[in-house]
Amino acid sequence: MAKKLMKGNEALAAAAIAAGATHFFGYPITPQSELIEYMAREMPKAGRCFLQAESEVAASYMVYGAGGAGARVITSTSSPGLALKQEGLTYMVAAQIPAVVIDVSRGGPGLGNILPQQSDYFMCTRGGGNGDYFHPCFAPASVQECADLVVEAFDVADKYRMPVLILADGLIGQMMEPVEIPEVTKKPIDKPWAADGGHVKRGEHNRINAMVLPADGLEELNHVIQAKLADYAANYVRYEAIGIEDADIVLVAYGTPSRACKNVLKKAQADGLKFGLIRPISLYPFPKEAFDKINPNCKAVISVEQSCGQMIEDVRLSVLGKFPVKFFGRTGGNPIIPEAVYNYAKEVLGGKA
Amino acid sequence: MAVVYKKSIALTDTPLSFCPGCTHGIIHKLVAENLVELGVYDRAVGVAPVGCAALSDHFFSCDMYVAAHGRAPAVATGQKRVHPDNFVFTYQGDGDLASIGTAEVVHAAHRGEKISTVFVNNAIYGMTGGQMAPTTLVGQKASTAPYGRSEEHCGKPIRIAEMIATIEGAKFVERVSVDTPANVRKAKKAIRRAFECQIQGKGYALVEVLSTCPTNWGFTPAGAMKWLQENMIPYYPLGNFKDFE
Repeated sequence: MAKKLMKGNEALAAAAIAAGATHFFGYPITPQSELIEYMAREMPKAGRCFLQAESEVAASYMVYGAGGAGARVITSTSSPGLALKQEGLTYMVAAQIPAVVIDVSRGGPGLGNILPQQSDYFMCTRGGGNGDYFHPCFAPASVQECADLVVEAFDVADKYRMPVLILADGLIGQMMEPVEIPEVTKKPIDKPWAADGGHVKRGEHNRINAMVLPADGLEELNHVIQAKLADYAANYVRYEAIGIEDADIVLVAYGTPSRACKNVLKKAQADGLKFGLIRPISLYPFPKEAFDKINPNCKAVISVEQSCGQMIEDVRLSVLGKFPVKFFGRTGGNPIIPEAVYNYAKEVLGGKA
Repeated sequence: MAVVYKKSIALTDTPLSFCPGCTHGIIHKLVAENLVELGVYDRAVGVAPVGCAALSDHFFSCDMYVAAHGRAPAVATGQKRVHPDNFVFTYQGDGDLASIGTAEVVHAAHRGEKISTVFVNNAIYGMTGGQMAPTTLVGQKASTAPYGRSEEHCGKPIRIAEMIATIEGAKFVERVSVDTPANVRKAKKAIRRAFECQIQGKGYALVEVLSTCPTNWGFTPAGAMKWLQENMIPYYPLGNFKDFE
């Protein structure tokens, strides 16, 4: 397929259709509007179902219903909407329902604003609903990666019978880049567990249920969920690392701030300084192994985020005290400017920050 | 030997978890019999609520979901949009449908979803242990209304059937009771008609069934029936609010 100029929001939607999503349920919210509007326009043309729900809560349960019935189903939202969808997410984890959920994140807390921000990291990586769970979370840094990760997210969701989250900051959702929407020829796997009304033919009824009353039964379900995550972590953790083996400063950033950091690396190289970058593509599970490859004489690791500092907790848990961990962040929707990161990193290098 | 009565094939052999004297068992039977008699059992999918019927996925032998509290109509919407040929019903109590789930039921009705809802109204939260529901009568005591429900403090009970009947997409709405054999027969007919509404592709259908909760009301089963007749039926009039051609 030829490259097209698309917004991240549109690429996420187009890739979902290419990946065989048959159902989309969502509720309008800025800055993911182009995604839901693309789906409203294109899903019927492809003979698929687009339905606008009365709320994010209802949308997440339409996803629960459709995913439980065996469909490839997707929903998208932005930060305050994801907070509302958390109830559905924990139910989907418990009932083992595959689905893809996209968060095109905006400024918070509260209603915040509609500018790009990365302050949903905790909500997206810690299991934002009740109970003991996590779910896979991907963070694209380009429009092409938006498209590629949606396709991968559907396969992961189906394989592990789990919701998979894609955290795309508002800037990626809004910006345009050339993108090739992947051609997906692989058929989705069979779902013999689905509640599709086939109980007579099957000889038993399927039950999609997020409740297990006996203590031993619920403990067993929790172990099943944890085992799936462990298997996923062993096979799917994604990251990009640049120059970390001999770096004196390692920047850690995901999403659009990682692109500012790549500019910082170029500037540092031009000035004869050795900077490296770890860009997590999977946010959960966090790519801890990347940090084992850092130059043992590295002076500091800097978490660069468009937030007040959330990923930094995972950075600290990955560095395990081997290097000082510093933070550079902007919030309120303010962008990460390469010069500011560079100046801060030089201060850290000089022992002044 | 001639078989004069047997349990519907739409019910499993799992013993019901309901308290003695509660009418959920009767309502389950009416739903199950209608599924089989209307010939939709082999493509039926049910959605259970949170509340006393949260274990109904063990009792109905068709494919089943258990939804989160109040969300059954949204879950049913998702299922039905994937398999439009399935017959999809929700089975919900009054804490579930009339309180936390009002948005979901109103909008499922508003969209004219081809699903059917059996709404069991016993004027209290049963499973949770006798707390006040939006359907609790004025003066009725509950564990979160220990002095009796006060209209001045929290309003009068909500009449769901009347409210849903005002919505265009709802094509069949009726309130029934299962307090007498005659009313049980009427309830079965109403559920049948609600199911036919879906089978004929007319739109959303809801049957509100007045039910007892002897455990949390603090009555004997017979006393609870009497309380329902003397207190609930006058406030929640039985009858049809909407029917289709």
